[in-house]
Amino acid sequence: MSAEPVAGGADFLVLRDLEKRFDDHRAVDQVSLGIRQGEIVALLGPSGSGKTTTLRLLAGFERPERGTLSVAGEDITNTPPVARRFGMVFQHYALFPHLDVGGNIAFGLESLGVTGSELIRRVATALELVELGGFERRRISQLSGGQQQRVALARALAPEPRVLLLDEPLSNLDPSLRERTRRELRALIQRVGTTTVLVTHEQEEAFDLADRVAVLNQGRLEQVGTPDELYAVPRTPFVARFVGRTNEMRATLVAVEGDRCRVRLAGVEWSLPTNAAVAPGPVQVLARPEALGMVAPGPDRLTGKVLARRFTGAQGFFTVALGDGTTIEVAADPWAVRVGDRVGLEPKDRGVHLFPHEPA
Amino acid sequence: MSRGRGSQWLGALVAVVLAWIVVYPLFLVFVEGIHTPGGWTLEAVGRFVRERNEWGALWASCWISLASVALSALIGIPLAFLVARYHFPGRRVISGILALPAVLPPLVGVIAFLFLYGETGFAAHLFQYVFHLEEAPWRLQGPGAVLLVHAYSMYVYFYLFTRAGLQRLDPSLLEAAATLGAGRWRMLRRVVLPLLWPALGGAGLLTFLTSLASFSAPYIFGGGFRVMTTQIVSTRLNGDIPLAMVETFALTVVALLGLALLRHSSRNGDRSGGSKGVAPEPRRLRTGISRFLVPTAVWCLAVFLILPHLTLLLVSFVPRGTWTLEAVPPVYSVGNYFTLFQDPVRLRPMVTSLWMATAATVFAVATALVVAILVLRRRVRVAALLETLLEVPWAVPGTVFAIALATMFSVNAPLAGRVILVGTLVILPLAYFVRSLPITGRAILAGFRQLDPSLEEAAATLGASRWRTLRRVTLPLLRPAIAAGASLAFATAFGDFLTSVILYTYDTRPISLEILGSLRQSDVGVAAAYGVMLMLISGIVFALAGERAGGGVA
Ligand SMILES: Nc1ncnc2c1ncn2[C@@H]1O[C@H](COP(=O)(O)OP(=O)(O)OP(=O)(O)O)[C@@H](O)[C@H]1O
Ligand SMILES: [Mg+2]
Repeated sequence: MSAEPVAGGADFLVLRDLEKRFDDHRAVDQVSLGIRQGEIVALLGPSGSGKTTTLRLLAGFERPERGTLSVAGEDITNTPPVARRFGMVFQHYALFPHLDVGGNIAFGLESLGVTGSELIRRVATALELVELGGFERRRISQLSGGQQQRVALARALAPEPRVLLLDEPLSNLDPSLRERTRRELRALIQRVGTTTVLVTHEQEEAFDLADRVAVLNQGRLEQVGTPDELYAVPRTPFVARFVGRTNEMRATLVAVEGDRCRVRLAGVEWSLPTNAAVAPGPVQVLARPEALGMVAPGPDRLTGKVLARRFTGAQGFFTVALGDGTTIEVAADPWAVRVGDRVGLEPKDRGVHLFPHEPA
Repeated sequence: MSRGRGSQWLGALVAVVLAWIVVYPLFLVFVEGIHTPGGWTLEAVGRFVRERNEWGALWASCWISLASVALSALIGIPLAFLVARYHFPGRRVISGILALPAVLPPLVGVIAFLFLYGETGFAAHLFQYVFHLEEAPWRLQGPGAVLLVHAYSMYVYFYLFTRAGLQRLDPSLLEAAATLGAGRWRMLRRVVLPLLWPALGGAGLLTFLTSLASFSAPYIFGGGFRVMTTQIVSTRLNGDIPLAMVETFALTVVALLGLALLRHSSRNGDRSGGSKGVAPEPRRLRTGISRFLVPTAVWCLAVFLILPHLTLLLVSFVPRGTWTLEAVPPVYSVGNYFTLFQDPVRLRPMVTSLWMATAATVFAVATALVVAILVLRRRVRVAALLETLLEVPWAVPGTVFAIALATMFSVNAPLAGRVILVGTLVILPLAYFVRSLPITGRAILAGFRQLDPSLEEAAATLGASRWRTLRRVTLPLLRPAIAAGASLAFATAFGDFLTSVILYTYDTRPISLEILGSLRQSDVGVAAAYGVMLMLISGIVFALAGERAGGGVA
């Protein structure tokens, strides 16, 4: 799989060919990634894809079998967590229940030798940063979930870490709280300007929070890019499937003609933009719901029957059954067609991606 | 966590030391049973097998233990049901009182029983007085007496296990059964009891093992009736070491069989319902008669069960020789306590017991902490071995362990890993330490297991060194577990009789032996005062521990 090229001196945090095995199982497999100073990068992937393991490698809780890690040009592959000066927000926050809010935040500052009025001042500043000014004497058990999350963030940021690591930072919050917290979190991190790596398995969260998203699959890095890039130009079928919704169709590539090609699919022929990865022979066509247009049915058109409509307000999602029984999801004007209608489907240029056929 | 080489070495070292002190003595016992200075021989084994007395004692141990299980169940289970299921005045006090025997030294219970029901005890006195009898109306001796004492103290296992089991019962299961039209009895028979089965099985086997290892009750009430523990001690006193070793081996085999059963039953899994569930709300008593009957019954039983200890308290205030024919003691004073604190000879056992129990506790807690860190945080290769070594002394009756330590540390052979410690100040604290390892180890390992490892990781990312993390995060969070483990270790050591009676010397005699000594000299009041001090100090330790445990974490 294609690894992201590691850019030169511009990158602040560099992961190079990282590999971590548990017994024989590769939890993280040759991951290379360069992160610029102040950038927010999300690690996105399904369960078990190695996100947490990658984050723990960054924090130093796990040692890689192979590969190196460096920050600001300094090799930290074998540096223990204590000496990395990375801040971390744990999935369940890991706030010290026997210390009050102030004690939690002071903990990291005390490690740096901060004492006295300076300590008090910096604890207060950190709390104000997360809008919890004056909460010093509160007990952890007296905080709401959202407040705990903010205390955890303040605790991690107070010692001014070189890198901030967040493990599923919002997964412990009520869904209603999550969206608002997401925006606040991003604004806060941007204000502080700390280089940040966060883990999530929710695409929406990754897209909202991060400047760039790294998609992991079975320990491998599939693609790194801005949310737009990942959606518009998925480099692998996995990314196309995992990021956004997509329809999969088997087809045969007949001929390449310049920057376009002709493919046969269910007895009809489509002309699609091509890419370097495909050659004549069996291919997969991955089409976004909005990349298919509904037109009048015809003999040389991919034709199907509308089975159902899902109404989301601005758009309707139609389930269209093709002759061979496969179903396709198409996004269109909610009132364009009715359930039971026969429709023809035409590809648009944006949002249709061709990949070599993957043997199952 | 990284698996540092230092940790691996430390793990191996701790395993070797624990094996040396926990397994090696047992091994030596079994060797000495079949090895005399003359060479290898099965002579002692042959004598054991041929001797009817030996089989009699072994059989007595088994049947007494089984009968103790039955009797304890009969008392403990209904009590637990009553306390868990009904609301009545003083319910919390009662449930505390009923759990007391679990933390009181067995010897104190036995002595208290003696003072209440013994031939010169309170009850006999009263009886004599009322019916104008010349002689004591009964003799409290033999298997019946032993059984009674066992039931009196061991019901607590059934009581505690059943209560815990009832608390974990998912009330929705009971509601489901009720909607399916199950009546009360059918519900009990078909739903509640099957769900409680693992708890009852655990309590039964624990009672069996405790009763098998019981020494003070048969020692004091047995008379001519011998069980294995008393048999071992008397054989050894007679100087027949090889036979004592074979007897020890036989008792260990029975105990291990019991333990294997316990393991098997607990592996069969906890069936007390899938979901956690909230404890079913105790029912308020509605109908007139049960409203009066249930609390009265429970209160009567509770008073009946703590009556011996109350008697002990009473007797401790009776000056020597003032109570002869009266129904109740005519004179009361704190003279016995004065004697205890003013006579240096009397005070000494208390000081000795205190420092020995404290030393044993400190070492047990430290060992358990080191093992917990090695097993759960450093993940050393010998982790499973370390945990097993901590548990071994639990599987072996205390008498067996004491004999084993006495054997191992009475020979000077440094190359064979043996030195003379018997007769020194070290041997008793060492024995207490070994005996409290399982319970302290369990408490602390369980506490450690509940500790979220990310708390320590968080401390590391915040730049705290290992030492600071331990001091500022791990230990404070473990405080309840440490307090529980330490208080249990202390109470066991402080009131210990069955190990001490084998290993003590005059200079290191603990309170328990001084109690026995005072009784022999008919100094009943002083013996009782010692007993009260034992209870009092154990009680204070538990109260302090409870406060510690409650204090820190909100
Ligand atoms: N300590 C461990 N020992 C053995 N295997 C592990 C360990 N930690 C993780 N793994 C395995 O490594 C793989 C990656 O796990 P990881 O926790 O990094 O996944 P993840 O992407 O964070 O998943 P999730 O979204 O479920 O949290 C999984 O197959 C997991 O079973
Ligand atoms: Mg994870």
